[in-house]
Amino acid sequence: MIITRRGGAFAVLLLASGLLQAAGNADRGATIVMQGEGQGGAPCLACHGNDGAGNDGAGFPRLAGLNAGYLAAQLRDYREGRRTNVIMAPNAAHLSDQQIEDVAAYYAMQNVVAKPAEQPADLLAQGEKLVKQGDWDNYIVPCETCHGPGAQGVGATFPGLSGQHPSYLRQQLEAWKNGTRTNDPNQLMLAIAARLSDEQIQAVSAYLSQLPTSGGKP
Amino acid sequence: MKPRFYAVALLSAASLPVMSAPSVPVELPEYKEGQYVHQAPTLDDLMNDQALNPKLREVILKGRDLFMNTQQKRGEYVFNDMNCKSCHMGEGRMNWSGPVWPAATTLPDFRGKNQHVNSLEERIAGCFSFSMNGQPPEYGSDDMLALVAYHQWLAKGAKVYETNIGGRGFSSLGREPEQGADYDRGAQVYADNCAVCHGDDGQGQHKDGKVVFPPLWGDHSYNWGAGMARVFTAASFIKNNMPLGKPGSLTDQQAWDVALFVNSHERPQDPRYTGDAKETREKYSNFHKWTRYGTEFNGQILGQHDNTGDKPFLKPDVLRPRTFE
Repeated sequence: MIITRRGGAFAVLLLASGLLQAAGNADRGATIVMQGEGQGGAPCLACHGNDGAGNDGAGFPRLAGLNAGYLAAQLRDYREGRRTNVIMAPNAAHLSDQQIEDVAAYYAMQNVVAKPAEQPADLLAQGEKLVKQGDWDNYIVPCETCHGPGAQGVGATFPGLSGQHPSYLRQQLEAWKNGTRTNDPNQLMLAIAARLSDEQIQAVSAYLSQLPTSGGKP
Repeated sequence: MKPRFYAVALLSAASLPVMSAPSVPVELPEYKEGQYVHQAPTLDDLMNDQALNPKLREVILKGRDLFMNTQQKRGEYVFNDMNCKSCHMGEGRMNWSGPVWPAATTLPDFRGKNQHVNSLEERIAGCFSFSMNGQPPEYGSDDMLALVAYHQWLAKGAKVYETNIGGRGFSSLGREPEQGADYDRGAQVYADNCAVCHGDDGQGQHKDGKVVFPPLWGDHSYNWGAGMARVFTAASFIKNNMPLGKPGSLTDQQAWDVALFVNSHERPQDPRYTGDAKETREKYSNFHKWTRYGTEFNGQILGQHDNTGDKPFLKPDVLRPRTFE
């Protein structure tokens, strides 16, 4: 009797939270990262590394320590065409919901100490100002307002930017700006990115890449 | 600065038929004919002002730091999740975001809210007592001096005692909507536009214990005596400041509806509480006629409770009448 009731409560809890598939399993995620999803997609590590370090030169983002919910949402968006990228589209196309959760859980747990390339001091100073104070007269709000203290990310919606590769940050800000990336809620990122000058994009990307990551938190 | 916003908006409107870079306009109200407009100085101006005594600069910076990160005084001056900049966005210097410099140029003056002549310190104390659900820094204290110095410096060059100020306060939509505000429509506006940051439950979001998006109701939000608890204040704030980065993107009606929705939720007690919310509403009717406090909603009288949030007392000592008789 008691067991039945507990089972019922558990099912209701799952329904209520909308998480019908089990939470991501990092061990299963590791297999996909190392070997691919078994349907022709490349193993993630080919570009992102098995530790999720990514590659600045190639513009492959660091995934280590990013929020699992954020990573999963991006993979679903690639799979369903809400976010486009010639490399990611075929690799995400065959991932099941569960595989997406598993890969996301794996990379969210990785903890890579970023070793950012050196950046010019004046660029860093300009970037720091934008990240912490913004440029309100041009209605560019500080990055930290949404991405949190140290731009370490807030929840599944506002990704951590700290310690991310500058090439990737630049590429993405430009993608918001030119309309090739559109998967932000309510155009919140477009609003800001469209107001950033090329120089400001260089500056925030450089500065954010130097900030310590939160890292390793699922 | 403002013309530049218009240039962006016009450009995107004019070039709609052809492929163009997308953008989100910044749509702020026009200044009215004859209004005085002041552009408050920036942090760079402060740092580069060679004429400023370095000790004064230090005090102004201290005030700015308290203004931007008021949470450093959590449990001392502030008992909720607010910072000054939560409502006075853009460092307290942006028009249409409750710029704070007019307090320095128009006070001392009579205030309807407490029915006597207020100093700048007393005005700042009001924010701490209501919006921050707290206990203001002592009059004349170092922290109060620093906050006053920051306000005064933002007013640099502004006309003293001029009261017809463009972009002041939160009242651009007037006192009441043309068509009534609606709670259910407001709930939908909230779900579509606000919940992504402030949460489905209005409790905001935190990161490592630090407030990122402030709660809009409940124990850690502004109390029932805060200006923002008035539906018209919240409506104008929302219209010209929210969602962040997209001022003017909601219709006036959406702003009214969502303001009513937010301000129909419970929050910490008004420090002027007499023990009876209806009576308190009557006693301060010039204020509470614009709030839902002391009125019935969902079978409850809003504000009829002893909950002061995290604040272990009801009324800070500084809230007292002042007469010269």
